[in-house]
Amino acid sequence: MRALRWHGKQDIRCDTVPDPKIEHPRDAIIKVTSCAICGSDLHLYDGFMPGMENGDIMGHETMGIVEEVGSDVSNLKKGDRVVIPFTIFCGECDQCRRGNFSVCERSNRNKSVADKVFGHTTAGLFGYTHLTGGYPGGQAEYLRVPFADKTHIKVPGGIPDETLLFLSDIFPTGWQAAVQCDIQRDDTVAIWGCGPVGQFAIRSALLLGAKQVIAIDRVPERLAMAEAGGATVIDFSKDSVVERLNELTRGKGPEKCIDCVGLEAHATATIDSMYDRAKQAVMLETDRPHVLREMMYVCRPAGTLSIPGVYGGLLDKVPFGMAMNKGLTFRMGQTHVNRWTDDLLRRIEQGQIDPSFVITHKVGLEEGPNMYKTFRDKLDGCIKVVLKP
Amino acid sequence: MSGPLQPRQARGLAQGLGWFSIGLGLVEVLAPHRVTRATGLEGHERLVASYGLREIATGIGLLTTRDPQPWLWGRVSGDVLDVGTLAAGLRPGNPERDRSGMALLAVLGVTALDLACALALRPSRKPPLPLSAYRRRSGLPRPPGAMRGAASDFVVPADFRTPDALRWPAPAGSR
Ligand SMILES: NC(=O)c1ccc[n+]([C@@H]2O[C@H](COP(=O)([O-])OP(=O)(O)OC[C@H]3O[C@@H](n4cnc5c(N)ncnc54)[C@H](O)[C@@H]3O)[C@@H](O)[C@H]2O)c1
Ligand SMILES: [Zn+2]
Ligand SMILES: [Zn+2]
Repeated sequence: MRALRWHGKQDIRCDTVPDPKIEHPRDAIIKVTSCAICGSDLHLYDGFMPGMENGDIMGHETMGIVEEVGSDVSNLKKGDRVVIPFTIFCGECDQCRRGNFSVCERSNRNKSVADKVFGHTTAGLFGYTHLTGGYPGGQAEYLRVPFADKTHIKVPGGIPDETLLFLSDIFPTGWQAAVQCDIQRDDTVAIWGCGPVGQFAIRSALLLGAKQVIAIDRVPERLAMAEAGGATVIDFSKDSVVERLNELTRGKGPEKCIDCVGLEAHATATIDSMYDRAKQAVMLETDRPHVLREMMYVCRPAGTLSIPGVYGGLLDKVPFGMAMNKGLTFRMGQTHVNRWTDDLLRRIEQGQIDPSFVITHKVGLEEGPNMYKTFRDKLDGCIKVVLKP
Repeated sequence: MSGPLQPRQARGLAQGLGWFSIGLGLVEVLAPHRVTRATGLEGHERLVASYGLREIATGIGLLTTRDPQPWLWGRVSGDVLDVGTLAAGLRPGNPERDRSGMALLAVLGVTALDLACALALRPSRKPPLPLSAYRRRSGLPRPPGAMRGAASDFVVPADFRTPDALRWPAPAGSR
C-alpha cells in the first residue's frame, strides 16, 4: 500500500510499504477512506518531537471501512464504517475506567521507555513518537487498529466523511479544551491560535455558553473564520494582545484562557520571543512557550488555563511564580477522544455543528508531502487538509 | 494557483526537465565537438563541456529533490548563460550565424518552460478564496449569536468542574 512516511526533519514521502496485518486478536484492519494532517503532525515534521524513527508512518486522524477483524473483536465486522480516535485505549485499566483514555496504562507498547521518560506511561497514539508506542499511522491506504474493540467510533452511513472525520481528534480536542474551562455564563474565554483546533475551541466555547469568545492569531483567513464562529478577534501582529484583552474585559482579564498553539508559537517583537529566537539561532531551541507566558500574565486571578496545545520537552523562562500567586488552575493533556464522541456525534446528527467547515484542501495521498508544507506555512489559504488515499 | 500550469503538472514537468538536463549534459560532456558544430560555437569545446557538467548536476538535483523550485531557478540562470553564449555567436561576420540563431531559439523555448515551471511551483501565500468566503464558514446552522449556549444541556463531568470557590461569576454585587 501507499503511506506517508517520516524520513527526518521536513522530509515526508509517499512510499510503498507492506500492507498491515492482524497481529493480535484485538486488532482490526481499516481501509482508509479519509485522513487529515494535524497541527501535531507539524511538530513531528519540524523535528520538535523526540522519539521519531526513519520510516514511521504518519497520521492520526483517520476514518474508513473495517476490512478485517481479529478473533477477539466481536463488536465490529467487515464493512462497518468507523472513525478512529488518535488515542489508543484498552477500556479496562484504572485510567480508562475513569474516562482518562489518553493516559491508558496498557495501550503503549513502549511502556517501559515511557515510564522512564515521563515517570509513568501514557496511552499509545497513532502516527506519533515511539514514546507513545510508535504505532503506524493512518495517512495510508490501510491502518491496523490495536485494541480495536474499544478504539473506534462507529458512525452511520448517509453523512459525508468530511463531516465525521474530525471526531478522530480536532473536534473533541477543541471541545475538551472548552470543557476544561468549565465555562460559566459570565465568562470571557480567550483562545490563542485559530488553526483547526482553535476553530473548534471557539465554537465549543460558544455552544457551551461563554459570554464572550476572543480569538488571537495573525493569519487573516484564520481570523476571518474565527469571526464566522462568533469570536472577537485580535491580530497579534498588529495589536498588543495584553492591551486588547484588558480592554475587552474592563481591565480584569479573561477568566478562561485556551492555548491552541503549542510549542511552535510565533511572536512579534516581544522580549521573550526574541530570547526564544536567539536560542533557536544557536540551536539550543526547545519549546517556545510564548503563548503560555502570555496566558499566565493576562489571565484573571483564580482563572483557568486550558492547554490542548502540544509541548514536547522542557520549557524555559516560564513565570511560574506569577501563576502560583494568581492562583491559576492548569488543565491540559492529550484528548480523551472517546469520552466525548458519542455526545458530539449526536450534536452533528442534530445539526448543531458541521465540522467540515474547516476544510480548505482535499487532495490525494501522493500530494500529502507537499501539503505538509502548504499547511505549515499557511500557503494558499490553507486551514485544514484532508487526504483521500 | 498562478500561471497556466497546475502545481501537479509543474512537478511532472520538473521531472521531465531533470531528465532533459542530464541527457543534454551528457552529450555536452561526452561529445562537445558535435554540440559546438551544431550551434556555431566551434573552438569553445571546453566551455560547452563545463556547461554539460552544470546540466548534469542540475538534472540530478531536480530528480532527487523534494523541492524542485531552487533547482528550477538554477536552470533558469543556466539558460541565461547559454543565451549569452549563443548570442555572442550572432555577431555579424560569424559564418555559423544561422546555426547559432537556431540554437538560440531552442534555448529560449526551454527557458520559457523552465520559467513557467518555476513560477507554477512558487509558494503562494494568497488565499485562493476571498476573506469574505472564510467569514461565511461558521459550521453552525444559525448565526453565532443564536447558537450561544446551544449545548448547555451538556453536563461538565465532575473531574472537569472548577472548584466552587474559583467559579465565576462571583457573588452578586462584587463586580
Ligand atoms: N491535546 C491534543 O490532544 C491535541 C490534539 C490536536 C492538536 N493538538 C495541538 O494543538 C495545537 C494546534 O493545532 P492546529 O492543528 O490548530 O495547528 P496549527 O499549526 O494549524 O495552528 C496553530 C495556530 O497558532 C497560531 N499562532 C502561532 N503563534 C501564535 C501566537 N503567539 N499567538 C496566537 N496564535 C499563534 C498560528 O498562526 C496558527 O494559526 C498544536 O500544538 C497541536 O499539536 C493537541
Ligand atoms: Zn491531532
Ligand atoms: Zn486503558
